[in-house]
Amino acid sequence: MATIELVQVEKKFGDFHAVKPVNLTINDGEFVVLLGPSGCGKTTTLRMIAGLETITSGKILLNGEDITDKPARDRDVSFVFQFFALYPHMTAKGNIIFPLQTQGTSRSEIEQRLNEVVKMLDIQYLLHLRPGALSSGDQQRIALARALIRRPRAFLLDEPLGALDADFRETMRAEIKSLHLRTKATTLYVTHDQIEAMAMGDRIVVMSAAIVQQVGTPAEVYHDPNNMFVARFIGSPGMNLIPGTYSQGSVQLPGNNVCPVPETYRSTLDKYGYDKKVVVGFRPEAVIPSANGVLSSQVYSQDLHGSYTMINLSMNGEIIHGRVERSANYAINDIVRFDIRPDMIRFFDPETESAIKAEVRNV
Amino acid sequence: MSNVDLNNITKRFKGVTALDHISFDIKNGEFFVLLGPTGAGKTTTLRLIAGLEILDEGDISFDGSSIAPLSPAERDVALVFQQYSLYPLLNVYDNLASPLRSPLRKTSETEIRKNVEDVAGKLRIGHLLKRKASNLSGGEMQRVAIGRALVRNPRIYLMDEPLSNLDAKLREALRIELKHLQKTQESTTLFVTHDQIEAMTMADRIAVLNQGNILQVGSPYEIYDHPATTFVAQLVGTPRINLLAGEIHDGNVYIKDSEVKFTVPNEVKLPSSFTLGLRPENVHLDDAGEFSGVIELLEPLGVETILHIRSGKQVLLSVIAGITPRKMGENIRFSIVHERLSFFDKEGTRIVT
Repeated sequence: MATIELVQVEKKFGDFHAVKPVNLTINDGEFVVLLGPSGCGKTTTLRMIAGLETITSGKILLNGEDITDKPARDRDVSFVFQFFALYPHMTAKGNIIFPLQTQGTSRSEIEQRLNEVVKMLDIQYLLHLRPGALSSGDQQRIALARALIRRPRAFLLDEPLGALDADFRETMRAEIKSLHLRTKATTLYVTHDQIEAMAMGDRIVVMSAAIVQQVGTPAEVYHDPNNMFVARFIGSPGMNLIPGTYSQGSVQLPGNNVCPVPETYRSTLDKYGYDKKVVVGFRPEAVIPSANGVLSSQVYSQDLHGSYTMINLSMNGEIIHGRVERSANYAINDIVRFDIRPDMIRFFDPETESAIKAEVRNV
Repeated sequence: MSNVDLNNITKRFKGVTALDHISFDIKNGEFFVLLGPTGAGKTTTLRLIAGLEILDEGDISFDGSSIAPLSPAERDVALVFQQYSLYPLLNVYDNLASPLRSPLRKTSETEIRKNVEDVAGKLRIGHLLKRKASNLSGGEMQRVAIGRALVRNPRIYLMDEPLSNLDAKLREALRIELKHLQKTQESTTLFVTHDQIEAMTMADRIAVLNQGNILQVGSPYEIYDHPATTFVAQLVGTPRINLLAGEIHDGNVYIKDSEVKFTVPNEVKLPSSFTLGLRPENVHLDDAGEFSGVIELLEPLGVETILHIRSGKQVLLSVIAGITPRKMGENIRFSIVHERLSFFDKEGTRIVT
């Protein structure tokens, strides 16, 4: 259906640089998520693709055709907003078929396409109701149906679940992903919620401060973040990032702790330099408590989550999160010894905040 | 710090019953969380204790004596709201000091300085004391607002969704700080929230409130493992609990429209039809498992993956560790942890086992 390409796309509002030059290809049938905190430029990027925002420089291609100067209505993409924007005086059915009616589509064609989207979203029982009588989740289903019925070449979704409460969000997240698996329509989805991005995206584009920080699969951004921003932003809580100093084969950490460096990183870090500041990164589930652990820290607090327990440790004031068995039970100020799973250790340069990537990597 | 007792309290607003004869007690030093959706009556409860609303029925007592005759100031409670209320033109030091400068308390400036610096250190805002409140970030403002409560030693801290306006990362960080502080100071705290993660992670005990009624009071694990109703079961835990319609024939439990069937656990007396509750972490992928299904959807979250497993017409959620190499559409076998099942009757009430 559609391949979208962004070539050096940039946006300035006066002196404000909203999006610094982006290069990105969204492949036909792919579900790509634009993820970042508010103000990072993700929605502006989406709006430029939709044609709702002009481009300061660069170009946008749809199936190879330059659409940079095409008006929004001629781009054949469907936009779904955070707020459902349904007409309150029309029934759900009226809202869904409205875009086709304004295009002058024949009545039989409208009926046929309506049946199709109704079946897809399972919304037969909602058709005669007005938006005011619908729950927020159902309103968003109708908004999705209205986008689908146009059979656009691509879908652009701007935080479509942002206005829903947590319960609905979980359900709708799965529904939108299933829908995508069935339609295989090229989709670009904007969110600030990293859980949504991980759960839904084939690939994730992580943005911060108008810059694309990383483009990768959920596994890539989770296990091999390009920099400390991505490491912190992905995961709940994010990656533990503890400052230290590299010396031959190990990193000195706060509180006289010494963290051995896995073989895969030895040569890279030797080149990086001895006595140089380095940040050690590891996910909470890489913390393995053990009576003979090489590292030690003091328990700061402990959180129950139902299926697991999170211990928060203080390594001389640096907080480390460890995800452990739910049966774990520590008291504040207990000393805990632990190891870090060697395959899950990462290193960062504190000056540039970039990841120091291993030359050799065991997979 | 005090024991707080709520005895049969009722509050009506223009014919609407906001709280309907609710009772619970908060023990000295306890972190007690009121959890419920919007409109449950959580904030009303808190305002009644603070003296900002007047009771229609029932009584509230601190350490055994009724506080009904006491004015809000005399009740000696400290409030933290969702919207941080700071004096924008004062610096952080004066914002923290102002509760102590109340004529009611007559604290000396030396003592005030000691308390303010102590609290600022605990909340990691010591470097901000000279900063004007209007020049703080959202997270810093909420730390100061919490500090304004902590600077005193009231009989109870009342906190109304103090973390709700913060972004996810800040919320996580402050949650940990707050819990550490509460545990090290053993301050009696009533914390109101609609966020089940906040409730689970911070509380010693949780009261689940809905439409002015208490559905359950218990420790986080009691609420999570033995929910009193299907409402409570769905309120806590992400991804949400599987609730499945079940039936009994010939001593076997059948999940409607699915392949799942197993023998009735001995100790349980079940009606002919009921609802079965099964948490996703208790559905295990298992090549030797007793049931078969198809992976309909995978949601990789990084630390874990949510699987939507189709069995017949039913879809069960399962959570497994890490990012799985399994593919959507794959046929799999699975098992369930029988010891961790919950059963509910037609009204959604737990069937006691």
